[in-house]
Amino acid sequence: MSLLEVKDVSMFFGGLAAISNVSFSIQKGEILGLIGPNGAGKTTMFNVVNGFYNPTKGEVHFKDKKISGHKPYQICRLGIARTFQVVKPLQRMSVLDNVIASAFLRVKSRTQAEERAIETIKFAGLYDDRNVISKGLPLGKRKKLEIARALATQPEMLLLDESFAGLNPSELDDSIGIIKKIKDRGITIMIIEHHMRVIMSISDRIVVLNYGEKIAEGTPHEIGSNPLVVEAYLGEAQDA
Amino acid sequence: MKKYLPLILLAVFSVLPLLGLSSYVMHILIFVIMWAVIGMAWNLLGGYCGQVSFGHAAFFGIGAYTSGILYSKLGVSAWWGMPLSLLVVTASSLVIGYIFLRLRGPFFALGTLAMGVILRVTAENLTAFTEGDLGIMIRERTWVEKIWYYYIILIIAACTFYLIKKVVESKLGYYFVAIREDQDAAESLGINTTYYKTVALCLSAVITGLAGAFYTNYMGYIDPKVVFALHDISIVAIMVVMVGGVATYWGPLVGSVIMVVLAEVIRSIPKLGTAHHTLFGILLIVIIIFLPNGIVGDYKKLKRFFGVRRAL
Repeated sequence: MSLLEVKDVSMFFGGLAAISNVSFSIQKGEILGLIGPNGAGKTTMFNVVNGFYNPTKGEVHFKDKKISGHKPYQICRLGIARTFQVVKPLQRMSVLDNVIASAFLRVKSRTQAEERAIETIKFAGLYDDRNVISKGLPLGKRKKLEIARALATQPEMLLLDESFAGLNPSELDDSIGIIKKIKDRGITIMIIEHHMRVIMSISDRIVVLNYGEKIAEGTPHEIGSNPLVVEAYLGEAQDA
Repeated sequence: MKKYLPLILLAVFSVLPLLGLSSYVMHILIFVIMWAVIGMAWNLLGGYCGQVSFGHAAFFGIGAYTSGILYSKLGVSAWWGMPLSLLVVTASSLVIGYIFLRLRGPFFALGTLAMGVILRVTAENLTAFTEGDLGIMIRERTWVEKIWYYYIILIIAACTFYLIKKVVESKLGYYFVAIREDQDAAESLGINTTYYKTVALCLSAVITGLAGAFYTNYMGYIDPKVVFALHDISIVAIMVVMVGGVATYWGPLVGSVIMVVLAEVIRSIPKLGTAHHTLFGILLIVIIIFLPNGIVGDYKKLKRFFGVRRAL
């Protein structure tokens, strides 16, 4: 049984089809990469799954229940958490308070929320920065904070929107390690990423979007050699 | 020490009237505490939850008129207006919240501004209930002495302080601040933003309404231009918090002391007295530029500023 199923989803903004008739599914425990050129509809797809948009056509099912049309907070409660491409930390709160705020989704008392939050920021490698007001964090750490905050809601599935963009090589390795650890915890991941080295190395399967349509789906190896994908996105390998 | 500050302060305020203060000073103290209550209420919605209201006079006025109408139409003691105002203001804040909380940021502020004015005009024209501009006079005053009024508002203030501290340190408080900082992020963290904004509005409105009901009992006279006033209620509520410190526990009290005392001082200056709104405006501009977090919020900045001057 697949954990998440996107069935014939289309999303129109006025006359513009940001996504048209896209279907795919995610198995429990896998990492699905979502790639494609700018404007292909990747973030729109996240916004549909996460509930910010109600799809014009089609349905999204999570654990065999229809979730499209639900509000984002309801979908989060069901177990889908997300990060944002343009990071949205709760600016005037400390790193720890940010994570406590999201940990409150599953627990009632402040002590429990704090416990859970501390555990999560240790996991994300932010423990030393826990008292920093998040406004002052460098981008790499903000991206980690996004992940920590999403994790603190104890999701079954995590949507990562370009969590690697703008990171330097050492931060990159760091974050890849975190993603792998998240997978080891049994959390299913859908990830948007432009960084080919990252996406090819961590994804179990990849879905490629172009102009709002799905043009390919398969293992990283299949995708890398698919002529359609090469033409639309990856580009020809040049003979040196 | 810091932990006991609220209790120490409460003790100090409790013994103040025993010093045999004049009735004028008592009046000022009662107003300081009443404005601190309204400031704390506004702060919960505007400071912590980030929903800036320009129409808190609406809740103040509804509370005040609950007491007033109860007395003038039903002949019941106006004191019953205080418990009853809890219900009336809750109900009206739910309606108001349903309409205005779908607006964000400046649009919410403008919406509440309009709401305050609408209620004032309604109260002026609904003469069958409110006596319009004639106002409502409470003829039988409960006490001549101010001391009992003082203790009543002091108890309300202490309870409000305690309640807000509890709320802010709980899940609610975290959710309010999350909504203030980024509503979309909050929504995606599983926070039902509409619900929690309504809770913040409701709490804030109820406390403000209670202060309004107290005002009717204390002053013994209300009319729409006073209790639904934009400049004398709504704006002063914002100023108390801005001057004292947004999203701080003590900001509203500090702001209220400054605003009430300053208003009295300025009014007593011959010829300048009528310009006190102008001077308030200038004060607000200075505060926003130099102490955007208010006196409590920018306390360190203030200390450094004066420390540097002394060192020179």
